[in-house]
Amino acid sequence: MEHMISLFVRSIFADNMIFAFFLGMCSYLAVSKTVKTSFGLGIAVTFVLLITVPVNYLLQMYVLGPNALVEGVDLTFLAFILFIAVIAGIVQLVEMIVERFSPSLYAALGIFLPLIAVNCAIMGASLFMQQRVTMPETNSQAITCIGDAFAYALGSGIGWLLAIVGLAAIREKMAYADVPKPLQGLGITFITVGLMAMAFMCFSGLNI
Amino acid sequence: MGKLFSKENQEVFCNPLNLNNPIAVQVLGICSALAVTSQLEPAIVMGLSVTVITAFSNVIISLIRKSIPNRIRIIVQLVVVAALVTIVSQILKAFAYDVSVQLSVYVGLIITNCILMGRLEAFAMQNGPWESFLDGIGNGLGYALILVIVGFVRELLGFGTLLGFQIVPDFCYENGYMNNGMMTMPAMSLIIVGCVIWAHRSINKEEK
Repeated sequence: MEHMISLFVRSIFADNMIFAFFLGMCSYLAVSKTVKTSFGLGIAVTFVLLITVPVNYLLQMYVLGPNALVEGVDLTFLAFILFIAVIAGIVQLVEMIVERFSPSLYAALGIFLPLIAVNCAIMGASLFMQQRVTMPETNSQAITCIGDAFAYALGSGIGWLLAIVGLAAIREKMAYADVPKPLQGLGITFITVGLMAMAFMCFSGLNI
Repeated sequence: MGKLFSKENQEVFCNPLNLNNPIAVQVLGICSALAVTSQLEPAIVMGLSVTVITAFSNVIISLIRKSIPNRIRIIVQLVVVAALVTIVSQILKAFAYDVSVQLSVYVGLIITNCILMGRLEAFAMQNGPWESFLDGIGNGLGYALILVIVGFVRELLGFGTLLGFQIVPDFCYENGYMNNGMMTMPAMSLIIVGCVIWAHRSINKEEK
């Protein structure tokens, strides 16, 4: 249980998807213009992560890993194709379920849901999970059971949400600042994210 | 042969290198651009891998573009890309193992690199195989160009080396020159990309 909490907190702050690994940058920069829409996207990413990482964890443990499906066969090289197929399929499924049972949430998420299939943060979380299952149990980053996979997914999602809402808030304020013309828009956004990443670097020694 | 290198095709190839650069102007594929550029060598390998994968996935999708049902085109595209990425990743593991360890999950993340999906959707779905091939090569090289610039600056200032060879002479260190450790941190790559975009925009405005 302690391991799970530690994993959760670390994946929000120290191993933040955006500031430590730059995953999901494209949509991060494109959608972070207003706080409201970026909050919607953050929730959608967290939601999809919470489903895909545990599913891919089960796949890794019972199908892909060494000696998992057939004795003496290591199918790890198929991981890319299987993971991305699972992610694309689940995103489509989630879209249909949300549309059927909660039209208001569907309207709020809007265009973001289908875009999530190609968000690097989702694929990246699954690939990091694949790296972490091979770590020894004593390592604070290791994922040893399905609960750990859930904790890691939730933490990563919340970390991403935190980062995008923070940037959106700064950008809303920055609209009133006097930025040199060629630097406006994308250039200054990059530099802002760089400074935010530096601030998050102080969490990297975090140990629980 | 005259038709193969016509004026339009030259434009398709050259535009992404400068005026329509995938990173500086279209803002695609940022995630991996930032994470792999702390040294020059992984940056070059990553740039080349993306170029090859973009070119061939563009050709494949453009060959089968008329037989893909519109509703599931994203999944078809993802599977084609994932297969190519798997091949490249196995080749890297076999012939350049050190670099493939350095790149770690970011090879797998080429699948969700927005450049690929962006070019497939915007170009390969409407154009013939040869144009798509040129477009893929052009965009890949435009992406590699930025990666190499950022990798060059970071390795030179952060380690005092280029491709592992020492560039800054010893007497500089003896007289109190220090490597800038900040440059090796992920946060700096964001700021350098911001500056590259700044320079790119101010130069291109003068041309107009």
